[in-house]
Amino acid sequence: MKDTLTEGRGTAADTAKIAVRGLQVHYGDTHAVRDVDVDIPDRAVTALIGPSGCGKSTFLRCLNRMNDTIPAARVTGEIRIDGEDIHDARVDPVQLRAKVGMVFQKPNPFPKSIRDNVAYGPKIHGLTRKRSELDEVVEKSLRRAALWDEVKNRLDAPGTGLSGGQQQRLCIARAIATSPEILLMDEPCSSLDPIATAQIEELIDELRSRFAVVIVTHSMQQAARVSQRTAFFHLGRMVEYGDTGKLFTNPADPRTESYITGRIG
Amino acid sequence: MTATSTLLTLLVIAASGFVLARARALACAGGDSRALHSLPGHYGWASVLLTLGPALALFALLKIAAPPTPAGTLAVLALALAALAWSLRRTRPNFRARQTVERGVLALLMLAACVAIATTAGIVLSMLFETRNFFAQYDWREFFLSTTWAPRFQGDSDLGILPLLWGTLYISLIALVFAVPVGLFAAIYMAEYAGGRFRAIVKPAIEVLAGIPTIVYGLFALITVGPLLRDYFAQPLGLGTSGASVMTAGLVMGVMLIPFVSSLSDDIIAQVPQSLRDGSLGLGATRSETIRQVVLPAALPGIVGAVLLAASRAIGETMIVVLGAGAAAKLGLNPFEAMTTITVKIVSQLTGESDFAAPETLVAFALGLTLFAITLSLNVLALAIVRKYREQYE
Amino acid sequence: MSDQAARPTSLLERSSYTARRHAAETRFRACGLGAILIGLAALTMLLASVLGPGLGAFRQTHIHLPIHLDAAALDKSGTRDPEVLKKVTTLGYGKVIDKALAEAVAQAGIAIEGLSDAEISGIISREAPAQLRRKVLANPGLIGETIPLSILADGRIDGYLKGRVTAATAALDSNVSPAQLQLADAMGERGLISLDLNAAFLTAPDASDQRPEAAGLGVAILGSAYMMLIVLALALPIGVAASIYLEEFAPKNRLTDLIEVNIANLAAVPSIVFGILGLAIFINVAGLPQSAPVVGGLVLTLMTLPTIIIATRASLKAVPPSIREAALGLGASRMQAVFHHVLPLAAPGILTGAILGLAQALGETAPLLLIGMVAFVREYPGAPPEGLFDPASALPVQIYNWTQRADPAFVERASGAIIVLLAFLLVMNAAAILLRRRFERRW
Repeated sequence: MKDTLTEGRGTAADTAKIAVRGLQVHYGDTHAVRDVDVDIPDRAVTALIGPSGCGKSTFLRCLNRMNDTIPAARVTGEIRIDGEDIHDARVDPVQLRAKVGMVFQKPNPFPKSIRDNVAYGPKIHGLTRKRSELDEVVEKSLRRAALWDEVKNRLDAPGTGLSGGQQQRLCIARAIATSPEILLMDEPCSSLDPIATAQIEELIDELRSRFAVVIVTHSMQQAARVSQRTAFFHLGRMVEYGDTGKLFTNPADPRTESYITGRIG
Repeated sequence: MTATSTLLTLLVIAASGFVLARARALACAGGDSRALHSLPGHYGWASVLLTLGPALALFALLKIAAPPTPAGTLAVLALALAALAWSLRRTRPNFRARQTVERGVLALLMLAACVAIATTAGIVLSMLFETRNFFAQYDWREFFLSTTWAPRFQGDSDLGILPLLWGTLYISLIALVFAVPVGLFAAIYMAEYAGGRFRAIVKPAIEVLAGIPTIVYGLFALITVGPLLRDYFAQPLGLGTSGASVMTAGLVMGVMLIPFVSSLSDDIIAQVPQSLRDGSLGLGATRSETIRQVVLPAALPGIVGAVLLAASRAIGETMIVVLGAGAAAKLGLNPFEAMTTITVKIVSQLTGESDFAAPETLVAFALGLTLFAITLSLNVLALAIVRKYREQYE
Repeated sequence: MSDQAARPTSLLERSSYTARRHAAETRFRACGLGAILIGLAALTMLLASVLGPGLGAFRQTHIHLPIHLDAAALDKSGTRDPEVLKKVTTLGYGKVIDKALAEAVAQAGIAIEGLSDAEISGIISREAPAQLRRKVLANPGLIGETIPLSILADGRIDGYLKGRVTAATAALDSNVSPAQLQLADAMGERGLISLDLNAAFLTAPDASDQRPEAAGLGVAILGSAYMMLIVLALALPIGVAASIYLEEFAPKNRLTDLIEVNIANLAAVPSIVFGILGLAIFINVAGLPQSAPVVGGLVLTLMTLPTIIIATRASLKAVPPSIREAALGLGASRMQAVFHHVLPLAAPGILTGAILGLAQALGETAPLLLIGMVAFVREYPGAPPEGLFDPASALPVQIYNWTQRADPAFVERASGAIIVLLAFLLVMNAAAILLRRRFERRW
């Protein structure tokens, strides 16, 4: 699945979709993320790997300011998306999150119909008013999430009635529907069976033609399969960041090597 | 011999049974308790159960069947002594005393659990019995369909439930219209917005309202809210001159229900999984959009259950309406008028000198049964909804 | 996508649509805060309106007089024989007090225009002669002596000193005249009349409609205490036994389900229905006496049982299964595992639940009205167990009783009684909280 077209892209700060400098996150007394500098490219999949509690999910939640919703979390440092600092006082996190969509570890469809799940984002952001336009967005999003054919005849059935893999694709469709530019995925396959996982991975590979995808994963194989670039986190620090192929075959840092060979983690 | 001294004598016999059986068991085993099947104390307790059980049963039977006689008391004591002798004969090292004791204790535990059923049966049977007597004297169609409530001492009363039912529902409605939004919003604020310290102070303060006895709310209605509403609303608006009114009782009852609604809703809102909130916030929804469009719809069944429980509370509430609503049975719409409820009339028909043959007294049981039926169906419905809701997120 | 135009491309620009959404957010949040403020305001108003007037009940107006217990009036025979002394009615003692008051007024040089002798004696409580008579009968040796006494003033005079009665209201009131108020003023200046601590409020029995100044909570507190004793003695063991059965031993079958549903519903049955049950079963069928603490106690026991069962089951459930498994693994029977290990660990939670159940029972009024506890009771019930069958009142019922009386002085009494009731509840709840804090275990 390695795509040479995107290789080498986004390595320099000026072409980065997301540029992070000196990021620190504290949860109460815990220093969860330390001194992270990274440039994340557009239209590519960037994987964040590392042992549990290494700060990779916390880092991910900084990118759309989801940590704002946790009272004890304190974030410092700079995150620029398209060159704009997302911590700027003028930035509205609500608008930011429409631009930076998120898919969570456990599929979390709302207890509504499939249609209403997908239409939720466009409705709250006031993107569309007319029913016909909304239906169009719903169809387009479900198609892009590779779910349309399975649900087109039961759009009014509850989203919670779908299988786990379908639910997760519904959540992806829901995130796509607000037409974001970046998709954050927090271990999206951790609660799915291997077949559903394969479907999602295939979907992620397609999504990178439109979005910058950042995916946190616990599985090194998954990172190797879907991503073009990989960052390895350990004890709150980003230890190594580079092309996925290089990081897995020829890691620069001994800690990365220990992790990918299974000695830590 | 009085009942008390009979019981005391029984206890003495049982206590000696404990000591004797324990000593006998040890003696049989030659002082080595390891040779016994059970602990020595078990032999003692087995003897106590065997002695007291039959004797107490006979005692209770005699007590219900006939006035106490010396012969009856003697029979009870003789039975206890005979059982004691028999239990001592059975005390041998291979007697499975522990199993006997445990079976006895289990039976007692089960008996205790059945008190709940007995209570419900007592409630239903006692009211059914007297209600039947009432309907033997008074046409049931009149009771359920008549719009006049006018009991008269000399008989020939009109005892229609409709005005009482109307008053009950009207007051409950006002209480719910006040308590549900306030309680729900308070719960939402506490669950979704308030910081730890704010919550730690305010939540117990609101819950204090739940611990205040209803008689206190009644007095509050009588001396504060009633006059206030009369002087500042009812009289200036020309709507009435009575301190006791549907509005007075409804508002005070609403205050009483605030903590009830808010703590139930708080529990229910807390059960909505955090992942749903994250999902909505992650799509760029504001907190209030998340609450209104995701959390509340997800919690709706539970909240409906809570509102039904609150409604059942309101309908069965007595002291607030006795002191705040008035005694005039009326079918009207003016909320500043005094009206009355089922519970008020149960109290007024059953207090003082009551003649349990007159329909004017017996009607209270029919009212009670109606009240019980209404609240029971609300409760069953509410509990079923809430249980279903819990299962959804388990 | 075509719909992207609806949104500014730069994050630094805020769209007017999001501004509207944030305004809605602020409004929503304000509604929540408003609801909490309404709740707190209601609580404050409730407490203030009850506690404010109630504090007055703990102080009472007394008239301080040297009273000469004239032997010629109280013991003509001169034998000091209590049986003979009993023949002198309260009327006789009333005259003695009236005389003492008239002398004291004259001696102090108080002269008020238009004040008749009847009005002067009118400032004394109607209860005062009865109190003096009881005092003398208890100690006949006092006859012939002159003793300094503090006697109860009439309720209206008491109201005047507390600000409830004014010259304006007195002019419209047939029970008190403005001249009497002037007399009270004058006596107050000379220290003959004053507001003192009213310990009798907690100990004295109820008094009749005409004598609010003498009404106390003694019988009611005793009655409530008796009932709480019964509730504790019955509801706690039965409730704990039932919970142990349901939580630890009950097989999953129809009967168990029935019991479970029953308990859940009993917890929500209106309290007045329990009163009907008490009236129909305990009084009409079992023939127990009306107004007796034993009946009240039984009714409240049945009402409290579900509360205690629910609390007990929760604390039994909180004891982790590993404790039971450990005991069973050592060869204990299930019964031994429960009684030796689970129950002691659950005890703090059970006690907390029991205290909260008792607190609920203490404040309950409606069922007690139906079993005749509204009756006017002046005699203290005897010592238990026989005393449990004597007529008595109960705190919340006494409050209700006082709200039904005409004299506004009884509103003060009722509010004062509420303070006493709330104080008891506060102590019980504090005990429950302390217990929970002290022994709460997190597994």
